[in-house]
Amino acid sequence: MATPLLQPEGHQHSEIDRSGTAATHTPDARPLEAPPVQDLGDKKLSLFRLLLRDKFATLAALVLMFVGLVAVFGPMLVGDLATRQDLLAANKPPFSLDDGWGYVLGSDSLGRSMLGRLVVATRTTISVALPAVGIALVIGSLWGVWAGYHRGLRETISMRIADVIMSFPSLLLAVVVLYVFNPSLGNIVLILAITRIPIYLRTARAESAELQSRTFVDAARTFGSKPTAIIGRHVIPIVLPTLLTLATLEFCYVMLAESSLSFLGIGIQSPDVSWGLMVSQGRQYLQTAWWLSILPGLAIVVTTIAANILAAWLRIATDPAQRWRLSLPRKRGGRRFGTALKGATK
Amino acid sequence: MLVYLRQRIISSLLPLVVVVVGVFALARLTGNPASLYLPLNATEQMRADFMAREGLDQPLLVQMADYFGGVLRLDFGESLRTGEPAAAMALRAFPATLQLAATTMVIAIVAAVLVGCWAALKPNGVADRISSFVSMAAASIPDFWLAIVGIWIFAITLGWLPTSGVSGPEAWILPIATLMLRPFGVLVQIVRGAMVSALSEPYIKLARSKGASDARVVTHHALRNAAAPALTVAGDLAVGLVNGAVVVETIFGWPGIGKLMIDSILQRDFAVLQAAVLITAIAIFILNILIDIGYALLDARVRPTVKA
Repeated sequence: MATPLLQPEGHQHSEIDRSGTAATHTPDARPLEAPPVQDLGDKKLSLFRLLLRDKFATLAALVLMFVGLVAVFGPMLVGDLATRQDLLAANKPPFSLDDGWGYVLGSDSLGRSMLGRLVVATRTTISVALPAVGIALVIGSLWGVWAGYHRGLRETISMRIADVIMSFPSLLLAVVVLYVFNPSLGNIVLILAITRIPIYLRTARAESAELQSRTFVDAARTFGSKPTAIIGRHVIPIVLPTLLTLATLEFCYVMLAESSLSFLGIGIQSPDVSWGLMVSQGRQYLQTAWWLSILPGLAIVVTTIAANILAAWLRIATDPAQRWRLSLPRKRGGRRFGTALKGATK
Repeated sequence: MLVYLRQRIISSLLPLVVVVVGVFALARLTGNPASLYLPLNATEQMRADFMAREGLDQPLLVQMADYFGGVLRLDFGESLRTGEPAAAMALRAFPATLQLAATTMVIAIVAAVLVGCWAALKPNGVADRISSFVSMAAASIPDFWLAIVGIWIFAITLGWLPTSGVSGPEAWILPIATLMLRPFGVLVQIVRGAMVSALSEPYIKLARSKGASDARVVTHHALRNAAAPALTVAGDLAVGLVNGAVVVETIFGWPGIGKLMIDSILQRDFAVLQAAVLITAIAIFILNILIDIGYALLDARVRPTVKA
């Protein structure tokens, strides 16, 4: 999580080529694999092709898509399966079809279908994680880009605020805030977003501070563009891939944080249900019904691992200086998810 | 050195002040603090008594002065559960957390340095695979779930380890293993990365060509220079360790400050929560200063740049 993101030097070169604002190749500019006149649609297609070349990244993307689909459509499909109680059918073990597909993952202590509850919990978990990541991404990035572009006092104060938030354990902050205010869905999203804003703030600031001294920004300034126009047109497009990669990674963190909060009893509250809360509720039945805790935890692990793999892949794929790694012919059995990680730490 | 230290103390003090002010502000934001301190089923009379006893009927400025005076003397009022001073409860719980966290960090650092060095020496070797797998796991597996799986396998199914408590040395194994996951995963990648770049430096070539053994090159030449980046993330790790400690202590019934916090929340004991949060913040503050000192001792380049 703390692996520093690469400086996407390559982006800047490709960006310059495409917009054609300034022909300022730095001496170390490497030849790009793609011709400079390539349009955006083509780039997206090649990204998709690159994704298909990487088995693990493809699988990760499919898993995330599946989770997304379950979150959107799942609750409609399972109907009242998640809430229908049947004490006679309590704590049924999983992986048996005796009670039909609805109970293939067993049932909980009140006889509710585990499958149904997991599906409903998916929606809750995602509907906390996505808005939290989105809010933090938008606020943190805009703030960071703004601070980095203007430098000076605005930068110093922004960084100090980020330091203050980061130097305090996020869980404690959430604990205090959720104690004082009620742990509603909105409050959880808000507190998770606030504690994660500094991550984007720092990254966006560093990138934009470096960019604002570049020649093509200077050129735009000379032509009389306003700072907001320069930030929107020249800085943000270049910083965006890095920030989106970061957001994918942050999705894991936020999901884990929400699960921890729910597990501790200060996050999602019953009768709502999230994966973390399910692990917590199943804990007291660990001796008799292990699946109550283990299965929802597995759902968290699979989703976060998928997001992690995809983030590691994105980090390389959106960086033209690194992208060649992905188009190398594959060695037999030699390529694990480690490739992405290793590329990231170089 | 002193200038550097003073600068670091001032900049680290800011978060501490923000926390103190923040807790006070939050407690007042809900309107009536009595609803915060007292259980939900408290009667009207109890509320009125409480307000008078705690001086909550006084003007806000007087309350603020009282509050900050109290914080300076570590006086946070009494616990609603036991009637004990809140600071005493927090200070009593603190050593248990400190022991757990310190043991975990020592083991995590030693393991991360060993595995990280080994991984850097042989890229794509066994240790390299282990290190990337653990880093991935550390970023993906929820710690509370890992703890529960550990209890399920080692305590319930196999019966080797106790499920909770601080009974004997074997009671430490599961909490430490759970708490270690995240710092180890981060550190091992940092050590590996720093070692890979340190080993490609010219001075390593020089050391090798003058006949230094492999072991000496790694320990004396490369590791010394790879230690600084690892120390930079130490502060972040310590902050993360507090998050982990809250979870681990709750699950394993560890009588530390994390469990105290969660218990205070569930029983609405705001005075104790406040004391625990502030003592944790102070501990992090002290740790950050120690890290800064260690950093300056390790890397002479830090000192002049900060002064300038």
